[in-house]
Order: sequence, then C-alpha cells, then structure tokens
Amino acid sequence: MKFSGFRIFAEALKGHTGWRPLWRNPEPKPAYDYVIIGGGGHGLATAYYLAKSFGRSRIAVLEKGWLGSGNVGRNTTIIRSNYLLAGNEPFYEFSMKLWEGLEQELNFNAMVSQRGIINLFHTDAQRDAFRRRGNSMMLAGAGARLLGREELRAMVPFLNYENARFPIKGGLMQPRAGTARHDGVAWGYARGADSHGVDLIQNCEVTGFRLDRGKVRGVETSRGYIDADKVGVAVAGSSGRVMAMAGMRLPIESHVLQAFVTEGLKPTIPGVITFGAGHFYISQSDKGGLVFGGDIDGYNSFAQRGNLPVVEDVAEGGMALMPMIGRARLLRMWGGVVDMSMDGSPIIDRTQIDGLYFNGGWCYGGFKATPASGYAFAHLLATGAPHETARAYRIDRFARGHVVDERGAGAQPNLH
Amino acid sequence: MLIPHPLLGPRDAQEFTYLGDARLIDRPDPSAPDAEAAFCDYVFLRDNPAGVHRELWFHEQGDRSWLVVTRDTVTHEVLGAELARNVALSRTRCGK
Repeated sequence: MKFSGFRIFAEALKGHTGWRPLWRNPEPKPAYDYVIIGGGGHGLATAYYLAKSFGRSRIAVLEKGWLGSGNVGRNTTIIRSNYLLAGNEPFYEFSMKLWEGLEQELNFNAMVSQRGIINLFHTDAQRDAFRRRGNSMMLAGAGARLLGREELRAMVPFLNYENARFPIKGGLMQPRAGTARHDGVAWGYARGADSHGVDLIQNCEVTGFRLDRGKVRGVETSRGYIDADKVGVAVAGSSGRVMAMAGMRLPIESHVLQAFVTEGLKPTIPGVITFGAGHFYISQSDKGGLVFGGDIDGYNSFAQRGNLPVVEDVAEGGMALMPMIGRARLLRMWGGVVDMSMDGSPIIDRTQIDGLYFNGGWCYGGFKATPASGYAFAHLLATGAPHETARAYRIDRFARGHVVDERGAGAQPNLH
Repeated sequence: MLIPHPLLGPRDAQEFTYLGDARLIDRPDPSAPDAEAAFCDYVFLRDNPAGVHRELWFHEQGDRSWLVVTRDTVTHEVLGAELARNVALSRTRCGK
C-alpha cells in the first residue's frame, strides 16, 4: 500500500474503505537470524535498515508493550546535529541527513520540519564556546550561524532580552534542525520494516537469554523460546534490566525526564529555542501546543513520572526566557525513563557475549539519533564492524579513557 | 519526596543533592594489584536496579551530612535513611 496524494483522492471517492493496517501482527516463529529487542524508534529503525540496506532476512522485533510505547512517543520531537566533539558530530550529522530523506525513503509522513534551532548565549564566554561549537558543526557539514543580538531580535522579538541577570547576547543557530512527528517516525519505520518481511511481535516480553559457552543461542520470552543467531538490544530506559539478564553491568543509570505541552495557541514560536542560562527548551507543535522541557529529576527512577521541584524549575526557566507564555495553561506533563550514561554519550557495540549486541545510553537525546542509530546498529549486526560515524561509541571506552563527554561533567550521569 | 533525616526528621528532597549508588562508599584499595580494573568498575559501572536502591544524598541546604537513603526507584517511596558516616564506620574499612 503506497501513500500518495492521488491515493487519498481515490480513497475519498470510495469512502475511505480501502485503507489497510500498516503492518501485520504475526505469531513469533521458533527461530530467526536476527532478533531485535525493543520496538521503539531505534529498534524499528535497526530492523528496517537491516532488511532494506543490508539485505538481511529472518528478522524479528520483540516488543514488551505496543510499538512505539516508550520514549519515541514521550520526547519533545527535536532533531538537530549541533554537537562539538569529533566522536559525536559526524554521527548526528549523518542522522540529520537521513532525516532529510526519511519521508521519501519510508513513503510516510513523519512531518519532518526543518524550522531551525537557536541556542541562546548570555555571556561573552558562552558566545566563544558556541562559536567553537559552530565551527565544529561546519567542519562536519552541518551548517551553523552565529546570530548577533539585533539579528536575533528581528527573528524572535518576544524573548526577554533585558533580563537583569541573564541578558540575551545572541544565539547559535542551526537552520537545518527542527522537529518531527515522533509517533509517525516509529510507525513509518514499523511499516517499512514490515514491508521488507520483518516480523514485529508485540506483547512479547524478553525474560532471559539462553547462553552457551559465551555465545547467545536465543531469548526466552513471555510467548515462548525464540532461537536467534544474533540479538540486538535497543531498550533505552530498560537497558540495565535487560542486560542484567545476560549478567552484564552497564555504565548507565536510569533517570526520569519530564516534558510538558500547553493548550493550542496561534503560531508564535518559529523554531526550537533553548535557554543558555538555565535548562529550558521550547518549540511549538503544528497543532499549536507549546512543547517544552528542562532538566532530568536527578535521581535514579523507573517511574515514568517526575516530581514537582523540576516542574517549578522548568517553569522558572520559561518565564525568565519568554514571559509571554506565563498565561498559557498546561495540558499535559509526563515523564520518560532515560538511560543516562557515564559520559553523556551513547553506546553501540558488541558485548563480551558472542552474538549479543547493545545499543543504549542515549541519555535524553535519543530521538534525533533514531535514523543513524538504527543504521549504525544494523551495520554492526550485519557486518560485525562499527559504522564509520559510530566508532567512538564503544562500550570499553570508559576503561580505555576515551570517553566522549560533551558536557565535561565526568562520571556523574545526572549532570549530563 | 520527603527524606527522613535521622537527626533532623523529615526534610524535603530539594534540600539535598544526589550522588548515586551507596556502593560509592566502598572505594577500592588503590595499592591493590587489580586497582585499575577495580577503579574502572567503581567509577563507571552501576547495578541500576528497578526497585529498592540504596543511594547517597548530601544534605547541602541543611546540616551538610551525607545520608544513605533506601528508596524504591519504581514508586519513589522512601523506605529509610541513615547517616552515611555510620554506614561507613560499620564496615571493615574503619579498621584500617
């Protein structure tokens, strides 16, 4: 079933009776070549690229709940590639390029909207640091613009430029960044994977690994044992729990990150704007709601809900930056469990168990990485070698001292 | 969240800063032959349980004591708190 404008027109004439489910709902087979644990954005993208770009078959995605029921449906939908470090920036720029071709690739409307991101700076030192980051972005081909105060004021006049403590001096802009419809991304990859023969198995919780002499033989699940040559784990906040079944401890803590959306308003905020003096970022959805968030709560949590002090902190950040949103009413707030790694950067690597591969540690930035994470993980599963843009994401980098610490905060996950 | 401080009674969790797993009390012996591996484990690896978790909280806005708080990471229920000093002293490392 191919989507097109003509198809919508034809269906309209037939009373929309011709639409079919986007994917099958198959029973698990007894054996697969590749089993991906986790039916979120990263797992579905991995299965899609494994089948489509690497020509592999006999692939299954096992999902405990329903497809896209975790962080891919809980994030604030921002896509960007504005990183500093050489280990990160080419990877996120690879992801950005995949985003730019995603909808044509998947024949699915993921509402990718390159409306730009502006990171505000408030001091001379911060401007210099942002200029350095902008140079790093340009070296990777991501593009960046350093905006002066007046240039910025012409674009976004509603910010509180005269804040007594944190006056806005300018911003670093990545015009190609933007937002995407997060559920649509999961559904698009699910449909694409299914159409290439991948079995998407929902309500199937992995309860253990069957290991034999250091090699993985298969996975025990709530729907029976499934034999597998290679197993890829992409379960975000549940990384610790799943890898513990294989006897592994990870350089990861699970934390809760909250997000918020207001009632629908007329178009006011043109792109994504981030506050440089506190932790607050905001964009406006196509439906009109202001979508924003801030810091993680800061303590280990698997609760998918946070506490009020962080709500207050985020609201204070918002009011300091753009007082005009003070009268907007919150419609919803929610939390997601994020896998905070020890250096703030992800892990895409094999493990010491033959045939078992791990993808996790995305901290609160996994959504933008969805296409590249899937592609790089598929590359690793198919060829046994890391993708050229993901070479820094080895799990042994902590022991070797080659951490990728974008924030410079050290081994303290709640500070990344 | 309220943390039942053993000396001060229930205090708002906002008065505290969070460090992490209470195993961080048990710093490895730097002169041991396997010190490098032990420190890598100590600094970077975590159990990260979903459920009961013993963790270090610092009463920064209060009496500046370190506490070992026992808390459920699934429900956020705080099950108890003790002075980290007492926890450390009850271990063998105080005999050094």
